[in-house]
Amino acid sequence: MTRIGRWVSEHLVLGIGLLVLLYMFVPIFIVVLMSFNDPLSRVGYRFDGFTLDNWLHPCEPNGMCDAVLLSVQIGVLATIGATLLGTLMAFGLVRHRFRGRGVANVFTFLPMASPEIVMGSSLLALFVSAGFAGVLGFWTILIAHVMFCLSFVVVTVKARLTGLDPRLEQAAMDLYANEWQTFWRVTFPLVFPGILSAALLSFSLSFDDFIITNLNSGQEVTFPMYVWGAAQRGIPAQINVVGSVMFLLALVLVVAGELGSRRRRSRALA
Amino acid sequence: MSVADGTAPVSAPVAPGVSDRRRGITGYLLLAPASLWLGLFFVIPLVSLVGTALYDPSGSLETGYAMTGYVGNYTAVLQDYSQQFLRSLGYAGLATIACMVLGYPLAYAIAFKAGRWRNLMLVAVIAPFFTSFLIRTLSWQLILADQGWVVDVLQSLHLMGSDGRLLATPLAVITGLTYNFLPFMVLPLYASLEKIDPRLHEAGADLYAAPFTTFRKVTLPLSLPGLVAGTLLTFIPAAGDYINAELLGNTRTQMVGNVIQNLFDGGSYPEAAALSVTLMSVIVVMVLVYIWRAGTEELV
Repeated sequence: MTRIGRWVSEHLVLGIGLLVLLYMFVPIFIVVLMSFNDPLSRVGYRFDGFTLDNWLHPCEPNGMCDAVLLSVQIGVLATIGATLLGTLMAFGLVRHRFRGRGVANVFTFLPMASPEIVMGSSLLALFVSAGFAGVLGFWTILIAHVMFCLSFVVVTVKARLTGLDPRLEQAAMDLYANEWQTFWRVTFPLVFPGILSAALLSFSLSFDDFIITNLNSGQEVTFPMYVWGAAQRGIPAQINVVGSVMFLLALVLVVAGELGSRRRRSRALA
Repeated sequence: MSVADGTAPVSAPVAPGVSDRRRGITGYLLLAPASLWLGLFFVIPLVSLVGTALYDPSGSLETGYAMTGYVGNYTAVLQDYSQQFLRSLGYAGLATIACMVLGYPLAYAIAFKAGRWRNLMLVAVIAPFFTSFLIRTLSWQLILADQGWVVDVLQSLHLMGSDGRLLATPLAVITGLTYNFLPFMVLPLYASLEKIDPRLHEAGADLYAAPFTTFRKVTLPLSLPGLVAGTLLTFIPAAGDYINAELLGNTRTQMVGNVIQNLFDGGSYPEAAALSVTLMSVIVVMVLVYIWRAGTEELV
């Protein structure tokens, strides 16, 4: 093989991987671009002109900011609920022996493997047959969101907990820390990054959900439902502003987390 | 391949074995709140859905439904909507295959070729998915639109007729499904590739195996758990999705999700429930086969 041929075959997979990665960013690029669009017609399929108006007046489309606000409220509450319940469950699954582990594992996995339409419709059927058809709204959305975020929290925290070196806790116990001190000074700080990423995941799942929410929302309109409605009429450019902001916020959080853990690591080594 | 420079992976700390685990009531107490929540709002609804599917279909939301144990709902929806049902499985299957083709090289590159850029590439896999699912799909609507530049380029190269379309075709729906569920393939694949000791590749080469033979006989079999998990996590949500079919397809690309949603909107709860139960049964069978092969500890 020639030198060039060898270089190509050595880097071929990396090249394909980078191309796939690029493909994943194409729609995001379009979203950011269209957030600066100054459309000539109501349905702008092309980039007609550059404007900052959409960014300066994000709340112009009727009801959009209310929908964003509702989604943030539900997202925060659902994150708190799911993270709390899921973290407890993960500790139980990893650290304790009991009957029915297999069953618990299956029922944690099943919500992640169920199509949203099935979960949403079954929950709606239950609410309706329990006589809750009239009160569908904020609380039923919240109940549903905690339910489908839970499994993802359990999986994320469980992975962190399983990778924990048990010798660290044994060392704390050897140094006369009681169980309570060991937990709060050693175990919890070590598991915390896992809990944090589980919370971030929960929030983005909740903020993003359409299918289950749409079935159980009654009269309430969350942001995805607003987007769905707008898609039938013609999408205001401000929706792309919200999409871009979500992307940037997530990126900042993830990069900050990565830098933080790097600094902790280097401090630990010093 | 860089094993000679001493970057052999340090063995992970041993997880507390089953013998270390504590017995007693605390375990049950920790599990209770989440189990209760999942029981009330996931398990019971699923079970009662089976019941709803047996109601007399002539009732309505206002008058209520009579529980008549009417199995006819199942046969009726299977007769009326078998086309959409099979189409869902077909589209989801094709999207899953496309995800494998795109996702495997990416996961492989991150696991073995990315070096110090590994974390950055992992973040890059997830980052696009923090933008809302609907906004991403609408973005594809723009990309594939009749007036969009992709169609323009294809038409000016005469790869597509002047009345050819990308939007509102099965191809557009499958493209959308592939895009939206790709990370669910990449991440489990990466997780199982990352566990492979790179020295195994060296060993393959030492034993005079061509790179592709090493891949086929060593890497691929070892990454099979990730491939199977990725397949489940891609295929299942894709089969139940209706957003891509609605935004990127036309009336002839309707999937089972569209039908269920429409039946619910129209108030035909028993039929909608029967179709949901049928879809869920197919999925439970798939999960059971997976558990039978992999066990329950690998699940979560």
